Amino acid sequence: MKLFKDKKTSGLMSSPYIAWAVIFILVPLGMVLYYGLTDNAGSFTFQNVARIAEPGYMKALLRSIELSLISTLICFILAYPLGLILSSMKLQRDTFLVTLFILPMWMNFLLRTLTWMTLLEGKGVINTVLTFLHLPTINIINTPGAIILGMVYNFLPFMILPIYNALSRIDENVINAARDLGAGQLQTFLRIILPLSLPGIISGITMVFIPALTTFAISTMLGGSKILLIGNIIEQQFTQVYDWHLGSGLSIVLMIFILINMIIENLADKEGGTF
Amino acid sequence: MKKRLLSVVLAVAMTAGLLIGCGSSSSAGSNGKLYVYNWGEYIDEDVIRQFEEETGIKVIYDMFETNEIMYAKLAQDTSAYDVVCPSDYMIQKLRENDMIQPLNFDNIPNVKNIGQQYFETSKSFDPENKYSIPYCWGTVGILYNKTMVDDVVDSWNILWDEKYSGQILMQDSVRDAYMVALIKNGYSQNTKNASEIEKATADLIAQKPLVQAYVIDQVRDKMIGEEAALGVIYSGEAIYTARENPDLEYVVPKEGTNVWIDSWVITKGSKNVENAEKWIDFMCRGDIALKNFEYITYSTPNTEAQKNIEDEDIKNSKVAFPDLSTMKVEAYQYLGEDGDKLYADEWMKVKSAN
Repeated sequence: MKLFKDKKTSGLMSSPYIAWAVIFILVPLGMVLYYGLTDNAGSFTFQNVARIAEPGYMKALLRSIELSLISTLICFILAYPLGLILSSMKLQRDTFLVTLFILPMWMNFLLRTLTWMTLLEGKGVINTVLTFLHLPTINIINTPGAIILGMVYNFLPFMILPIYNALSRIDENVINAARDLGAGQLQTFLRIILPLSLPGIISGITMVFIPALTTFAISTMLGGSKILLIGNIIEQQFTQVYDWHLGSGLSIVLMIFILINMIIENLADKEGGTF
Repeated sequence: MKKRLLSVVLAVAMTAGLLIGCGSSSSAGSNGKLYVYNWGEYIDEDVIRQFEEETGIKVIYDMFETNEIMYAKLAQDTSAYDVVCPSDYMIQKLRENDMIQPLNFDNIPNVKNIGQQYFETSKSFDPENKYSIPYCWGTVGILYNKTMVDDVVDSWNILWDEKYSGQILMQDSVRDAYMVALIKNGYSQNTKNASEIEKATADLIAQKPLVQAYVIDQVRDKMIGEEAALGVIYSGEAIYTARENPDLEYVVPKEGTNVWIDSWVITKGSKNVENAEKWIDFMCRGDIALKNFEYITYSTPNTEAQKNIEDEDIKNSKVAFPDLSTMKVEAYQYLGEDGDKLYADEWMKVKSAN
């Protein structure tokens, strides 16, 4: 630890991280701001950001918010009971189960989404099995439902892990004390467990909501390119239309949403600290 | 100069893969390399290996899905690739924006194998035949499944027939989608008339509830897998899809369609011009063109290869080698920056409609 006491050395040691942050975070961010707030001639304008108000773009943004809120809610409903179950288990079995939930993440997320496409297709695997069993087929491919399914499937682990972490860190003695003092099951849960797991819930929500809000791959593959999310529109500005100014301008709008989310998270964190 | 600096910064960020993903950046350079940028599934991969063996040139081969994606990548740095295979209107755009260079035909002797009529057609986007050498060509039409469609398929209007709701695949590329809607209304596929384009937009929006999905390369597999009854597709896929699923048939609607040529061009910033010429010359060789044709089944403009096709049915196929003089066809033209923007904005309206 002597090494880090020396100011010079610690500066040297941190330089790779500073370089990393500058090259991969600050420079791209600055470029998005530059492109988003200028026009083709290079002069300052709010035009690109303001175009979010156009019906097509606004609709895509609202739909993105709607779908990602629904996905986040579903993820939470699925993840919280699971987190409770996992954290109440004996140590060895719960690490095994947690690994099971992380396991799919070892495979590339595009491949997994592509697999869902083949599974859900009209004559895909699921429907073939259903037809074989003389059951009615499901037709959710290329609908918002398929996109929500894709989001929930892909982002569920990001909800489970923080919630599970928060829950398993709760000191058993606190719960025992509550019981001792006469709190019932429900009261213990509502007044002790839920508030103590709040930081986990909030970071889970952030980690699901933001990638769901900005995704374009899931909606392209499972929505058949029929349902445009704001992520698709931004992607198309960069790859197809070649209008970086508009693409960046719309990205700035998204960044505002992400900032709002982070502010809420910070506020909640502070409140959590005063408990 | 400011722009220049910015592009350097851009290149740095791009290598980071943050904006565009993993792209081969401007590191093309040392001798014995060649950066090729071609459509996906548009070559027999054996041909690349054969080229490497015969010439000792290392090929770095990347693929794109639409002309627009290709353009966006080249616009950042034309030296990222040496030889590219865009379509007609995009070649015109690249030429007008000074992003490709004239070819030295002395170094490409096999160009003699390419039929003269294809150079004639190329004049619509390369008036002096100086910049491009045709690689593949074809038409756009409707691929349908005979067991799922009981009407006569001879018009674009069938793509608006509510009977086939959820059974229709449209092209997810702006020019091809608009071509269908414009021709259906009797307009030119190169129109810049705002009210005509708006009419096409209205039609495409009306069609949207019937469309199963907007896809590009997937039309082929979805049609083979009988996911859909009708799909807009390039003629080059007709032979392959019919081979995989005999119920599929390709039709060019009577209202007319688009005829396209994909041609090899050398980028302005190419650092391996000699190798690029060798590549184009190799692609023009009769045996190589035939090998590619047999693999990708897209019509070859190579007369030497056409002569040597073994399968008589394919050799005389009206789908693979249609007589254009009897059809109402037109090639896409570059519509200028304003035209591009108009189409892009209108297409966005279609895509974001419910």
